[in-house]
Amino acid sequence: MIDGLSIQISQMLLVLALAPLLVGIVRAIKARLLRRRGPSVLQPFRDIARLARKEAVVAESASWLFRVVPYLVFAATWVAAALVPTFATGLLFSWSADLIAIIALLGSARFFLALAGMDVGTSFGGIGSSREVMIASLAEPALIMIVFTLALVAGSTQLSTVAEIFLSGVGLRVSLGMALVALIIVAIAENGRIPVDNPATHLELTMVHEAMVLEYSGRHLALIELASALKLLLYASLIACVFTPWGLAPAGAPFHVHLIGAAVYAGKLAAAGLLLAVFETMIAKMRVFRVPDFLGAALMLGSLGALLLFVSRGL
Amino acid sequence: MERLAFDVAHLLAGSIVLLSLMLLYQDRLYTLINVFAMQAVVLALSVSWQAWVQDAPHLYLTAAIALAVKAIVIPVALHRMIRILGIHREIETALNTGPTMLAGLGLVALSMAVILRVTSDADILAREDLAFALSVVLLGLLTMVTRRNAVSQVVGFMSLENGLILAATGAKGMPFVVEISVAFSVLVAFIVIGIFLFRIRERFDTVDLEALDEVRESRR
Repeated sequence: MIDGLSIQISQMLLVLALAPLLVGIVRAIKARLLRRRGPSVLQPFRDIARLARKEAVVAESASWLFRVVPYLVFAATWVAAALVPTFATGLLFSWSADLIAIIALLGSARFFLALAGMDVGTSFGGIGSSREVMIASLAEPALIMIVFTLALVAGSTQLSTVAEIFLSGVGLRVSLGMALVALIIVAIAENGRIPVDNPATHLELTMVHEAMVLEYSGRHLALIELASALKLLLYASLIACVFTPWGLAPAGAPFHVHLIGAAVYAGKLAAAGLLLAVFETMIAKMRVFRVPDFLGAALMLGSLGALLLFVSRGL
Repeated sequence: MERLAFDVAHLLAGSIVLLSLMLLYQDRLYTLINVFAMQAVVLALSVSWQAWVQDAPHLYLTAAIALAVKAIVIPVALHRMIRILGIHREIETALNTGPTMLAGLGLVALSMAVILRVTSDADILAREDLAFALSVVLLGLLTMVTRRNAVSQVVGFMSLENGLILAATGAKGMPFVVEISVAFSVLVAFIVIGIFLFRIRERFDTVDLEALDEVRESRR
């Protein structure tokens, strides 16, 4: 009980501390690949600290919803990120760390953010919200199909159980490969990374996520930035936890196993950041109207994976 | 061992189905032909795996024929053909990719539901192979239906034939003569279709089959 609680608390603090660092690492590697020097990896921390100190300017037409949403979004994303096993599976709340619950938390965060984008009544907020919801309406079914595939293999939707079963070996399965590719596509789309959306853009017409939060400033913007960094970390941890579960400390393991788990987790995150930066540098942003095709591929892969599993199960 | 044999066969056959869906999804001619060549390579791998598992040396020959004809000769010929015809730009599909993909997935689900129900007392490997083979055949048909360009219809037809080979290797004791004759009839069909394509081009100045309908309608 005490063990579970301390692991849970340390994981909550760990994800909060690592999320801006991951964003900083991705930005630094991208800058190096483009032969720029780029800011230090700690720059996102400084940005967030500066935003938190600044005064929050709220539009006159904004309702109470506009002011509440940053806290809601941040809380939902933080809880979701804290539920994914990062370095240990023996979390206090691992009984509730259900994949479908995590998807629901992220979905409600996105719902409130889209509402807030339309709340002020500027046109760019509306564009951003409608595009974000269009992407989400395709990404979410794909994610559900991926969850079905994983659940069919592992016999559970609980993340710590899935990780333990995958760690013990499930053999060669084409469905899991398809689920991995689909999950990567969904992660790219949900985090607004390059082929779908450019996180560093300053051109309002091409923005998706940035256009939605265009009206936010000060501490509100700091919370939203932190929440989006947490979301990136969450997807990286999710892929690491399900597809590369090596190094995860099992429940009730001694202290040094947890330390090793944390070190391995840091390595996995660094690898994920490197791969993301290389991928983003290699590829160009696609037109908004081509995004459904891109996400359609994820949906297809997820459903095909689940279908193929039914074949091997039906025998 | 039994488990591994099944898993690898599952992996290869599943990849063939996936490549069939990619054929459906792909809207550029060059990539379409490359995906087709890749499907033939995976098919050859799958057939050789079956040969090794079933201890049937004649299947190696089938794999070699599939590799030589469908992964090398036909793709190279198709590449040459579209260069001569000058149609290496985009191809139109009759439907949007979204509905097409949904229809494709529906066909995969249908073929699995049908085969698994019908062949309940057959060998595991054969059952699975038949389910995958039927979906490859249906997806090839769907590719032919949704495309308007004659060359991509040819690719759809050839991928349909890949499904037939997959079915033939899964069933134990398929006589070799049958496979050989299927392979050669496809080659002959390919040559005939190739000549036909050039004839269509000569007559109508395009290989878009929509043009044929227009000519017929104007005569009415």
